[in-house]
Amino acid sequence: MAEIRVERLHKAFQGFVAVQDSNFVIEDRSFFVMLGPSGCGKTTTLRMIAGLELPTDGRILLDGEDVTFKRAAERDIAFVFQLFALYPHMNVAQNIGFPLKCEGVARAEVRQRVEETARLLRIEALLDRKVSKLSGGDRQRVALGRAIIRRPKAFMMDEPLGALDAEFRRLMCEELRDLHDRIGATTVYVTHDQLEAMSMADRIAVMNHGVVEQIGEPQEIYDRPATMFVADFIGSPPMNFLPFEGSLRRGERSVGYYDARIEVPEIHEDFSGGALTLGVRPEHVALSDSASIRGRVFAVEYLGTNQIVTIDIDRAKLKARLPARTAARVGETVGVSFRAPKVVIFNATTGRATRSALFEGANRG
Amino acid sequence: MADIALHHVAKRFGEVEAVKDLSLTIAEGEFLVILGPSGAGKTTTLRLVAGLERPDRGSIAIGGHDVTRLPPAARDVAFVFQQYSLYPHMSVYDNLAFPLRSPAHRAPEDEIRRRVTTVAEKLRIAKKLDNRATQLSGGEMQRVAIGRALVRDPQIYLMDEPLSSLDAKLRADLRVELKRIQMELGATVLYVTHDQVEAMTMATRIGVLNEGELLQLGSPREVYEQPNSVYVAARLGMPQINLLPADLVPGLSLPSGVSTVGVRTEHLVISEPGGDHLPARVHRVEHLGDQTHVHLDFNGLNLVTLAGPHRSFAHEERVGLRLIEPLYFDGEGRRIEASPA
Repeated sequence: MAEIRVERLHKAFQGFVAVQDSNFVIEDRSFFVMLGPSGCGKTTTLRMIAGLELPTDGRILLDGEDVTFKRAAERDIAFVFQLFALYPHMNVAQNIGFPLKCEGVARAEVRQRVEETARLLRIEALLDRKVSKLSGGDRQRVALGRAIIRRPKAFMMDEPLGALDAEFRRLMCEELRDLHDRIGATTVYVTHDQLEAMSMADRIAVMNHGVVEQIGEPQEIYDRPATMFVADFIGSPPMNFLPFEGSLRRGERSVGYYDARIEVPEIHEDFSGGALTLGVRPEHVALSDSASIRGRVFAVEYLGTNQIVTIDIDRAKLKARLPARTAARVGETVGVSFRAPKVVIFNATTGRATRSALFEGANRG
Repeated sequence: MADIALHHVAKRFGEVEAVKDLSLTIAEGEFLVILGPSGAGKTTTLRLVAGLERPDRGSIAIGGHDVTRLPPAARDVAFVFQQYSLYPHMSVYDNLAFPLRSPAHRAPEDEIRRRVTTVAEKLRIAKKLDNRATQLSGGEMQRVAIGRALVRDPQIYLMDEPLSSLDAKLRADLRVELKRIQMELGATVLYVTHDQVEAMTMATRIGVLNEGELLQLGSPREVYEQPNSVYVAARLGMPQINLLPADLVPGLSLPSGVSTVGVRTEHLVISEPGGDHLPARVHRVEHLGDQTHVHLDFNGLNLVTLAGPHRSFAHEERVGLRLIEPLYFDGEGRRIEASPA
């Protein structure tokens, strides 16, 4: 098992910077997700860790050993691409055992390890089956089996569930994470799907334009996004943004938003004036008759467990996640209030969150 | 706009009964969503209404006129497909104007301009009218495809998974827009999808279809809160409803004949262990931001419930579970109403 350390990692392709000065540590036995839109550099980073791509600058350490310029085969890492690539003429056991056979492992040991792997994946009953006769889920388990049988130090997975439909993907997410909990191998997983990242990761690195914007536990990133990009990329619906012009004074607990005052967590930095943006998650927006910010209900989306109500407040359209029982009718005028301790104030020019009591509370429970 | 009435419609392809004795009325101005997995018969139903298929039995009426034997062109319906097929060599304007310039319509150019501009504004693509269709993003292309249906001002709209090729964020935006436009126009829409969120958020009523059979028809709230079968209960709701064999919950006083107890994730409440609470063990906790999914092991069954985002649990923590508003189903999967105590 392995700790992976990435230091000042940099990759340029003919003038285009794919990955810019990345630094992070992936702890031994953890499930680490790199999340971002296409072209953000997540796959390039993964390929450099795996040894499929050489960095322009920086170092990669695997369990303390510098592997930056080692070939992929010398790194003891298994790479899982889109799953499903099985040999149709072999049965399940032969497919799973194939990597060991290639390494010249003795037949008895191959058989023993195939059985162990099948037990781990709970597909012991399928070992003699033809892979062409398997269901989609079982084929995927076999493909995983082929990756884990080598017992590598770490797994690299590049959007392995990308081709599946939404409901099946949720199921496979759970299985992958369960499997990880059983074998405990360090896993680096790349995806553009925030829900996949949130549901599986111990820690997430959110990337954009080759830069790691934030690294942290899923709930931490959700509650305390470091940038507007992260706030918008994580969450469905994403965080609401309310742009305004204003200034910030250390120690204050409210800001002027046009002719209203909005309570915020205690401000911990001065800002002399300029473009700011309030960030509020939909579940921290409430309807309140007495609120000074008023708007018109634009859409109501019932979801069973709750509902998403879109409110047009002239300067922005806000989404509120409300209990399914709350009455809200399209066209009616409502007041909206925000849960003050959860409001984020962004510097709209830099896109970064300003310091406040919300962030001081970070990592302290 | 007009209503649509299907009367005992059946359609078979060889061995497969694609649609079985379907009777359904879609009211004028209604947004009716047919929800079902692939192969359920949703697209066939749509094609029957459009006139692209002939029913083996039964009749179809649009606006009170029997159209069962009429060709598609004589039905005055607009069809929006999943794959938007725009003319790549034409501008957005010409793509939108195309249906109005067809031999069947031949509207005067100033009338065309007025209608194209109105529709483009509704769909928020007015600034893109001079662009080539190929210069648009996926979301804009699908808007143009929907726009092409809107300019015709047909009696009814038929939509076959029009949002499914878009990414999640765009889909969420267009859901709201499509619903808004439908309400503004008072349009009659028959929409088919396999996506329960689309059905829940846009429909006036949802028809749950499986294997050619209409299992339940009702408002999203009715179908979610009062499902008539295990199938419908499991079809709607994310995470899926928890289904417990009745003999595993001896503490409950069940109506007679119950074989399965269904509990929605939000109705399975984590409490102290002991008493008459179901004993369970925390297996895994997923922090999804706005809510937390707690996976529990109860007698070898995997149950899922919701908890506040900041509630934490010890690994393998033992908890008790309380059931609120459970749903009861018989051995055939049919719902049994709980008799008032």
